[in-house]
Amino acid sequence: MGTYVPNSIKEQREMLQEIGADNMEELFHAVPDEVYLKNPLKLPKGLSEMDVRRRITEIAGKNSVYHSIFRGCGAYNHYIPAIVKQVTSKEEFVTAYTPYQAEISQGILQSIFEYQTMICELTGMEVSNASVYDGATAAAEAVIMCKERSRKVAVISETVNPETIETIKTYCSNTEMEVIIAPGKDGKTDLEELSNLLDDKAACVLLQQPNYFGQLEDGDAIGELASKRGAKYIMNCNPISLGILKTPAEYGADIAVGEGQPLGLPLSFGGPYLGFMATTEKMMRKLPGRIVGETKDSKGERAFVLTLQAREQHIRREKASSNICSNQALCAMTAAVYLSAMGKRGLQQAAELSMSKAHYLASRLCELDGYQMVYQGEYFNEFVTSVGGNIENVLSRLEQRGILGGYPLKDKNEGQILWCATEVNTKKEIDSLVEILKEVESI
Amino acid sequence: MKLIFEKGMIGRGCDILPECDVAVTKVQESLSRKKELHLPQVSETEISRHYTQLMKRTFGINDGFYPLGSCTMKYNPKINEDMAKLPGFTDIHPLQPQACVQGCLEVMKLAEEYLTEITGMDHIDFQPAAGAHGEFTGMKLIKAYHESRNDSKRNKIIVPDSAHGTNPASAAMAGFSVINVASTREGYVDIEELKKVVGEDTAGFMLTNPNTVGLFDENILEITKIIHDGGGLNYYDGANLNAIMGIARPGDMGFDVVHLNLHKTFSTPHGGGGPGSGPVGCKEILADYLPSPRISKNDTGYKLEMKSEASIGRVKAFYGNFLVVVRALTYMITLGGDGLKNASENAVLNANYMMHRLKDKYQIPFEGYCMHEFVISIEELKKKNGVAAIDIAKAILDYGMHPPTMYFPLIVHEALMVEPTETETKETMDEAIAVLEMIYDKAVQNPESLHACPVNTPVGRPDEVSAARNPILRYQY
Repeated sequence: MGTYVPNSIKEQREMLQEIGADNMEELFHAVPDEVYLKNPLKLPKGLSEMDVRRRITEIAGKNSVYHSIFRGCGAYNHYIPAIVKQVTSKEEFVTAYTPYQAEISQGILQSIFEYQTMICELTGMEVSNASVYDGATAAAEAVIMCKERSRKVAVISETVNPETIETIKTYCSNTEMEVIIAPGKDGKTDLEELSNLLDDKAACVLLQQPNYFGQLEDGDAIGELASKRGAKYIMNCNPISLGILKTPAEYGADIAVGEGQPLGLPLSFGGPYLGFMATTEKMMRKLPGRIVGETKDSKGERAFVLTLQAREQHIRREKASSNICSNQALCAMTAAVYLSAMGKRGLQQAAELSMSKAHYLASRLCELDGYQMVYQGEYFNEFVTSVGGNIENVLSRLEQRGILGGYPLKDKNEGQILWCATEVNTKKEIDSLVEILKEVESI
Repeated sequence: MKLIFEKGMIGRGCDILPECDVAVTKVQESLSRKKELHLPQVSETEISRHYTQLMKRTFGINDGFYPLGSCTMKYNPKINEDMAKLPGFTDIHPLQPQACVQGCLEVMKLAEEYLTEITGMDHIDFQPAAGAHGEFTGMKLIKAYHESRNDSKRNKIIVPDSAHGTNPASAAMAGFSVINVASTREGYVDIEELKKVVGEDTAGFMLTNPNTVGLFDENILEITKIIHDGGGLNYYDGANLNAIMGIARPGDMGFDVVHLNLHKTFSTPHGGGGPGSGPVGCKEILADYLPSPRISKNDTGYKLEMKSEASIGRVKAFYGNFLVVVRALTYMITLGGDGLKNASENAVLNANYMMHRLKDKYQIPFEGYCMHEFVISIEELKKKNGVAAIDIAKAILDYGMHPPTMYFPLIVHEALMVEPTETETKETMDEAIAVLEMIYDKAVQNPESLHACPVNTPVGRPDEVSAARNPILRYQY
């Protein structure tokens, strides 16, 4: 049996004696007899570290690890610089608690302050929080931020990732905020329909850029529609793309949110990831979650603290802007180390490479029979094609060769594949993907 | 110390990515970024040293004793970290076909089996990313339950005034109004007060047991029965589960839904504020409302079932903070049933030992044994010597030890809440006791000296008032 209890039975007995208890059971005398467990838990016996390693490693071995991945759809396979993993494995960072005691937590606090700065730089916004759980909850929290007395309708584009939409709906159901879906057209938000849906009850418009289908939306026109009706404009964006694409601030967004996973976090079967949120100074006090601020210590030296806490649950309780307490601090630090290692040039390069590889992949796929671009608009690193042949056959053939193909879309887009490429996909990999698809075709 | 933006040199950086091996696609002018992007321009050496400096200004469990009450800062085993770094987990795309993620599904199913047995629940859902997220999810389950019975008048959640702030905040987020009910002086649920507020509009009741002052509520069965008889459901906040593994189970106490903090009881690290994991457990009556599909097992392997139509919907993308679940499962497999019980017993023993030893000097407001944590009140010291809980906490910082939780729970004045956890040695606690006694003597003999503390830390007490009044929330290039 493995254990992390260091005190020996002898020491435990001494301590019991010291406090005047005959045995362990006596300490639990307040537990009523009806609920006091008479039998041991029906769980296996503990294992030695070596056996645990063997057991868990064996379980991990039952997953398929692909040598090339062409699937994104909310989780992106980017290169993670070696320094990122080294820094974020430091025991102090891993094991520290939320930095309540600022004097011995300057490392964590400063790292969050630096992260906040980088998120502001990426998005062009003025204020960032210390992170929330993931991109979907960031979008949901942003929608909640926009609720006003006379504005309680959130208009969400149909071209937003369905999991994000579902999360927003869960957060808004049973509250006063109503969620309306603005339909899409040709893989983008239908501007005319959106304009019809917006009235003076609209609290916000939420757009994903690039959207679920990889298309780049007309963010300016949508921003204008929103501001004309007095609705807040929320943009959900891919942080890598912001190396080269127009920022939410440049589109006139009031809130920028997104999934921070591409910034140095592994795929990890969906988590832990990182939700980033940034907004204007005007909306700063509505921002949920922790925020770190700069101040001076008793000696006049620069110091960092958790600040603007009057928004938060431990002060406001049921009147708080959100219930969030633990967030994704170590993931935020990961993003900050990633962005430091990449720098401006590196981030632009990651974005340019991703975009270029995706376009090369698209052009190669379209050489094949039955593969056509479903949408004609501009795209970043994801795009949708039709498929030559049975979609399941195609994908399973790729899987047999160690390749995770694009994501088979569902519902009304059934039969189409959402492809993704990033800087890690080499020309050779893309070419061999195309060769395999040719083989499938010829069967 | 300098910010990373104040280090480095224009044009400096790391060389991470290769040249483009395909034709370069440029972004259309109308879609391209115009604003200059400022990011650090630093070498890898500078990054390495910068974060090493930050590391030295951070206090982790590896640095010393961390008796932060209600946070369960137990040791984070390194085997957990190793297992969470296996490529067979880190390199798995969340949208891989089910046949290709059998290991991930097995992790979640196994962890569910352990946790249902520990809590006495029927199902566990790992989607919630943290404790408060689990509370929100649990509240939505209760909402869905009453709505399915067309019982829409049940719109109030009862929360004791001793509860953590997330409890009322989560209930409000899920669309409930909150009724705060006073606790007894000992922090127990006041049965008479509770009876007064339970009625036709009661949707549910939120409670931690052991409660937030570290005492097990002996009347727990009567309390949960009052709520059930009134037509409400009982919610268990698992923040304090570390006291009772293998001793008692929320499911047997009359709770219908629970959340657990894997980053407390199940030894996963806190990461300076996350990522945690806040799985929700529930009884069968609530299973249809859970956010994720259930995982079943048959001869061919593990399978995600179709999600019930009655589900409250997802609370997050994908499956939750999966790697945190890997760590917690590693821990549970390591300890096994006996080990988990042994951990709880020793957590309670350590807390009682410290409480007993501190009684001579410090004011312990409650009689009898505590569970895994206990509260000290500094009220008398404050009245007599002008030394507050925060002064004691700041003085502790100078001794290489993390202070207890300050000013929580709210029902105890000048509270310091101490939770040693089971992974600390008797020697460590003896040293901490000696430090606390010494600080007490200082507080009596030379109270002024404590107001100047800490003096041995990287920075002195920060000016929080001006931080909030003139917020500086980012570096300006």
